[in-house]
Amino acid sequence: MNWADRIAPTVKAIPPSGIRRFFDIAAEMKGVISLGVGEPDFITPWHIRESCIHGLHRGYTSYTSNYGLLELREEITKSLHKDYQVTYDPRQEVLVTVGVSEGLDLAMRALLGPGDEVLVPEPCYVSYKSCVTLAGGTPITIPTSAENEFRITAEQLEKYVTPRTKILLIGYPNNPTGAIMSREDLEGIAAFALKHDLIVISDEIYAKLTYDGTHTCFSSLPGMRDRTIVLNGFSKAYAMTGWRIGYAVSNVEFIAAMTKIHQYTMLCTPITAQIAAIEALKSGEKNVEHMVSEYNYRRRLIFNGFRQMGLDCFEPKGAFYIFPSIKQTGLTSLEFAEQLLMAEKVALVPGDAFGESGEGFVRCSYATSTKNITEALERIGRFIKNIKK
Amino acid sequence: MKELLECLERDHTQTPEQLAIMLNKPVEEIAALIKKYQDEKVIVKYQTIIDWEKAGIDNVTAVIEVRITPQREVGFDAIAERIYRYSEVRSLYLMSGGYDLSVTVEGASLKEVADFVSTKLSTIDGVVSTTTHFMLKKYKFAGVIIKDEEEEHRLVVSP
Ligand SMILES: Cc1ncc(COP(=O)(O)O)c(C=O)c1O
Repeated sequence: MNWADRIAPTVKAIPPSGIRRFFDIAAEMKGVISLGVGEPDFITPWHIRESCIHGLHRGYTSYTSNYGLLELREEITKSLHKDYQVTYDPRQEVLVTVGVSEGLDLAMRALLGPGDEVLVPEPCYVSYKSCVTLAGGTPITIPTSAENEFRITAEQLEKYVTPRTKILLIGYPNNPTGAIMSREDLEGIAAFALKHDLIVISDEIYAKLTYDGTHTCFSSLPGMRDRTIVLNGFSKAYAMTGWRIGYAVSNVEFIAAMTKIHQYTMLCTPITAQIAAIEALKSGEKNVEHMVSEYNYRRRLIFNGFRQMGLDCFEPKGAFYIFPSIKQTGLTSLEFAEQLLMAEKVALVPGDAFGESGEGFVRCSYATSTKNITEALERIGRFIKNIKK
Repeated sequence: MKELLECLERDHTQTPEQLAIMLNKPVEEIAALIKKYQDEKVIVKYQTIIDWEKAGIDNVTAVIEVRITPQREVGFDAIAERIYRYSEVRSLYLMSGGYDLSVTVEGASLKEVADFVSTKLSTIDGVVSTTTHFMLKKYKFAGVIIKDEEEEHRLVVSP
């Protein structure tokens, strides 16, 4: 029996994650320094963990409202208002999701019909295109380049827009490039969205990890609130990846549509994670500040290291990734990553895992100790010298 | 510069070169600042935190609450000095509340610490009373958890 034949065509058509493959090799090896991890090396701050433990003691083990605990939704809207002066109704315009991952899936499924096109700037987070495809839409990828600091412009987007274009999906600060978009940059994109009547889905999970300038929430731009779905979460800023919690905010209709799917497929986000998230928003600011300054030190350290090696490297401004070009080695991203792992036991992720325009680059995460970063830089430097010989 | 001091407090083995990169300042400036802080005794001393129990070297620590009669002109300071000059005294704080000085004393044995209290500490002029608490276990010291069992559980590569 060939069970593979029974798998749905949409699922079959999706390529396996480029990261997965690499993981299998790296996981088997001993003594590997990994710059391949897309999550904080910090453990969730204690007061946040403690609040969850306390919640369990008091018997919080039930379902919650499909939307999530009202107290959490209120904290979310309060923090969005405080940070970006954007206002949402906690009762109808917020949905607590199982991470940004679920939020992304819900947004696509709620909005896309067959053949609808979604503009997806690349390199980008690995899930974007697959989420579009699984929801029956068509991803239209738009390459970005180091020359333009991996940003997008309206001028460039114009070349890809068609009558079928429905959504623009952006993610800044960016995984894998570390790029950010300034307020002025985003204003250009807002005008473009308005002109073509597009919905913007803005994945702002790294918003708090912005080192140069301040983050602008897309929905805070004039006229953008209702045509934007902002996705955000706790995974990165609060070091809470394993808790699986995030949220979506948008207009009443979009949130209702997403909640409809969520109530049948997920029911609700685990109450344990919701309780912890309330604590994170209420009193996690100091922890975030501490982690951000720590990432910033490492960012400068790793950027300087790649510069010293003579690699072309864009200075990342957000998230915790750096995306140096390895074109001068004459190797492809995958060759570079594989050979580096074998020769020097440093794991990083080949840039093409994040889209074609990531070819020629590698993603290095600096969410690891300065000691690891220093040692990894030494090994990478040695590896590159040996290639050049 | 607060950031520099924080970095050094956490790990003073970092070189001025590395600190300069991390703090985005010229290395000369960082080196000069460190020297200045050392000269002015803002940086008092660089020390190492050792888990003596793990090293297999036993010692005894006691925290002693001391009540004293403050003296005219000098208040608590003169008596404090007579106490902190002893090498057995690891730390000394002036406290608010039910007693005046909190003295941490370290010795090789219970007897050594007890002797110190009875023959040295309590005989100082102005010391009214002492209450000795022997330390049973050290969990956290100077902001560092001694036996930290938390570890990383991340996958080697993730998106
Ligand atoms: C850009 C981006 N969006 C979303 C996610 C997924 O986040 P969550 O843990 O909230 O599902 C990640 C995780 O790596 C990410 O990098």
